[in-house]
Amino acid sequence: MSFSFVREQMVDPAPAPVNTAGPIAWARRNLFATPSDSLLTILAIVLLIWAIPPIYGFVMPNFLGGDAVPPGGTVEQCRVETAGACWAYISARMTFFIYGFYPAAEYWRPNLVFALGALLIVPLAIPRVPFKRTNAILFFVVYPVICFYLLNGGVLGMRPVPTEQWGGLLVTLIISLVGIICSIPIGILLALGRQSKLPIIKTLCIMFIELWRAVPLITVLFMASVMLPLFMPQGTTVDKLLRALVGVTLFSSAYLAEVVRGGLQALPRGQYEAASSLGLSYWKSMWFIILPQALKHVIPGIVNSFIALFKDTSLVSIVGIFDLLNTVQAASSDIDWSSPTQAITGYLFAGMVFWVFCFAMSRYSIWMERRLDTGHKG
Amino acid sequence: MQMQKALVSIAIAASLGLGATAAQAATLDDVKAKGYIQCGVTGGVPGFSAPDANNNWSGLEVDFCRAVAAAIFDDAEAVRYTPLTSQERFAALSAGEIDILSRTTTWTMSRDTDLGIMFAGTMYYDGQGFMVRKADGIASALDLSGAAICIESGTTTELNAADYFETNGMDYQPVVFTDQDEVVKAFEDGRCDVYTTDSSALAAERSKFGNPDDYAILPEIISKEPLGPSVRQGDEQWFYINRWTYYALLEAEELGVTSANVDEMLGSDNPAIKRLLGVEGDFGTPIGLTADWAYRIIKHVGNYGESYAKHVGPETDIGLERGLNALWTDGGLQYSMPIR
Repeated sequence: MSFSFVREQMVDPAPAPVNTAGPIAWARRNLFATPSDSLLTILAIVLLIWAIPPIYGFVMPNFLGGDAVPPGGTVEQCRVETAGACWAYISARMTFFIYGFYPAAEYWRPNLVFALGALLIVPLAIPRVPFKRTNAILFFVVYPVICFYLLNGGVLGMRPVPTEQWGGLLVTLIISLVGIICSIPIGILLALGRQSKLPIIKTLCIMFIELWRAVPLITVLFMASVMLPLFMPQGTTVDKLLRALVGVTLFSSAYLAEVVRGGLQALPRGQYEAASSLGLSYWKSMWFIILPQALKHVIPGIVNSFIALFKDTSLVSIVGIFDLLNTVQAASSDIDWSSPTQAITGYLFAGMVFWVFCFAMSRYSIWMERRLDTGHKG
Repeated sequence: MQMQKALVSIAIAASLGLGATAAQAATLDDVKAKGYIQCGVTGGVPGFSAPDANNNWSGLEVDFCRAVAAAIFDDAEAVRYTPLTSQERFAALSAGEIDILSRTTTWTMSRDTDLGIMFAGTMYYDGQGFMVRKADGIASALDLSGAAICIESGTTTELNAADYFETNGMDYQPVVFTDQDEVVKAFEDGRCDVYTTDSSALAAERSKFGNPDDYAILPEIISKEPLGPSVRQGDEQWFYINRWTYYALLEAEELGVTSANVDEMLGSDNPAIKRLLGVEGDFGTPIGLTADWAYRIIKHVGNYGESYAKHVGPETDIGLERGLNALWTDGGLQYSMPIR
C-alpha cells in the first residue's frame, strides 16, 4: 500500500489582502501614498465640494435639483434673484444664435448647407467608406461653391441674401471651414517653397510666412476692415465677410506652413535621396514619398492649428461680423429677456458649443494618429 | 485711444486726398441704383439699434434709416445694416461702405468739422446720469460727496464724473472697471454706492436687475451727449435728405400726424399738414425726392413720438421719459425747422 495523495484541484487562490487590491488599495496607492499626496487629495476633494454644488445648481433645471430655468420657461422666472442659468432665453433666441439675421423664410437654405456638409464629411472621416476621391472632390471643391450660391441666393429664383445678414454659428462654421480648407494647400505649398532651392521662391515664401506670423490676427482683421477700405477708390467695396475670410486664411496658412515644415525636416535625408534615385520628378516624389510621411508626423500639430483657428474665428466679432460669439453678445442686450443671468448664460452656451466642436476635432485627430501609426515611433 | 484716433484721422485724411481726384458721386443716385440704403448701426444697444425677437434690426436709430429708405423708395425695408464697432464707424462712412451712420454717435465739434462727416440731427439727447440704491435715500447728485462710484475706465464718462465732482467741490472714490458688464455687476454686488454712465444706458441696465424698483436714477444730467445720424461731407443733396427726414419726423409729431391717421390727414385743412404731406406745394423735388416724401415716411415708419414710444419710451422695458427729447411745445429740445 502506498499512500499517495494527489490533489486533483488546485487550491483556490486566497483573495489578496484588502490593502493591496480593490478600491481601498487603489485609493492608497494613487491618492494617499505619501502625506503630501493625502493633503493634496483632501484639498482637491474640498475644492470639488466647494465648487460643484453651486455650478450644478446654476446649470441644472428645477426637476434635477437646480435653480436654472429650463427651455420653455418665462422671463419672469429668470428675473428672480435666486434664478440660475436662463436656458429659456437661449432656446428663445436659438435661431439668432444659429442663423443671425438670415431671413426666417429662408432658413431651409442654411439648413440644407448644414445637412449637405454633414452628409459629405461623415463618410470622408470614416476610412472604411469607399469612393474617397469623389467624396473629397465633392467636399473640398463642389460643396463650397454650392454653399455660396445657396446662401447668397440670386440664382434659380432664390432671393439674394447679402452677407451682412449671415450670422451666428453659420458664420463661425463658414469662416473656420473656409480657413481650414484653403489653408491646407496654401500652407503645404508655402512649406515646400520655404525648403526650395530656387532663391526667389524661397525668399518670397519666407517673407510671407514671417510677415503673417509676426502680426496678431486681431491686427490683420482690423487692417482688413478699417484701413483697407480707406485706401481703395470710393465706391469699390469688398465684402466684409470676404475680407475677414481672406485674412483668416492667409494667417492660418502661414502657421500651417511652419507645422508642415516641421514634418518635412523630421524626415531622414535618405527618403529624399531614395525618391530621387527612383527617378521620380520633384512633384511626384513629394506627392508619393515625402508628403504622406511628413504630414502623418504632424497630424497633432495640424489639428492643433485647426482648433486654434476655430476658436480664433470669434475674433471677427470685433470687426462687426456676427459670428456665434457676437450674436450671443448682441442678444445679451435684449431687453425682452433681460435678467441677472442673461449674459452669463449666453457665454456659457457659446463656450459649450465651441467645446463640442473643438473636442470632436481633437478626439478625431487622436484616433487618426493611432490608425496611421505604422510603428516607426520609438 | 488717442493713438488709435490719430491713426484713423491720418487714414481718413489720406483717403480723402486720394478720393479727391475721383468725382464725388451723388449718394442718392448710387442708393437708387443699388436699391437700398446701407446703414451703419451698433452691435446691439437696446432701444437704439439691436436685433429684436424676430432677428430683425430695430430701434430708434434704426427707424431713422428706415425713414430715409421710406422717403426714397416708398419702402421702409429697403435698408441693409452694417454693425460697426466704435473704432470702425467713421472710416466705414468715409470709405463709402455705408450711406448713413446711425450708431449712438455723439455730435461733437471735432467730429462735425474734422472727420469729413456731417450730423443731420439729434435723434436722442442723452447725458450722463447717476444710479443709486433707493435704500440709501439719496435724492440729488449733490448729496454724493464721499461716495464710491463704479465707472467704466477710459471713457468720457470717467472724465465727466471727475469734472463734475471737482466743480462742485466734492470728493469721491472711483471704482474702475474695463467692461460695462463688470461695472454693473460690481454695483449690484454693493462694491460701490453709485453707478454712472449715459442715462439711456442706466435705464437699460436697471431693467436687467433682479429688483429694478430698488434702484433710482438721480435727476442730474452732468454732460451733453446728443446722439444723431451723420453722413459724408461733400454731398449736400444727401445731407438735406437726411436732415429733412429728421425734421419731417418731428414736424409730423408736432402736427399730430401719425402712421395710423396719415391717410385721413391728407384731407386736412391745416396748411402746415398739407405742405408736410405734399398735398400743397412740392418740397420733395428740390432734394431729389417726390412731393409725397414725408407722407411715405410717416406712413411706413410713423412720427418721432411713435418711434420713441415704441423703442425707448416709458411703456417699454427701457422706460425712458421724454425729458429733453420732448417736442419744444412740451418743454423739450426737439424742434423742427418749418417745412415751407
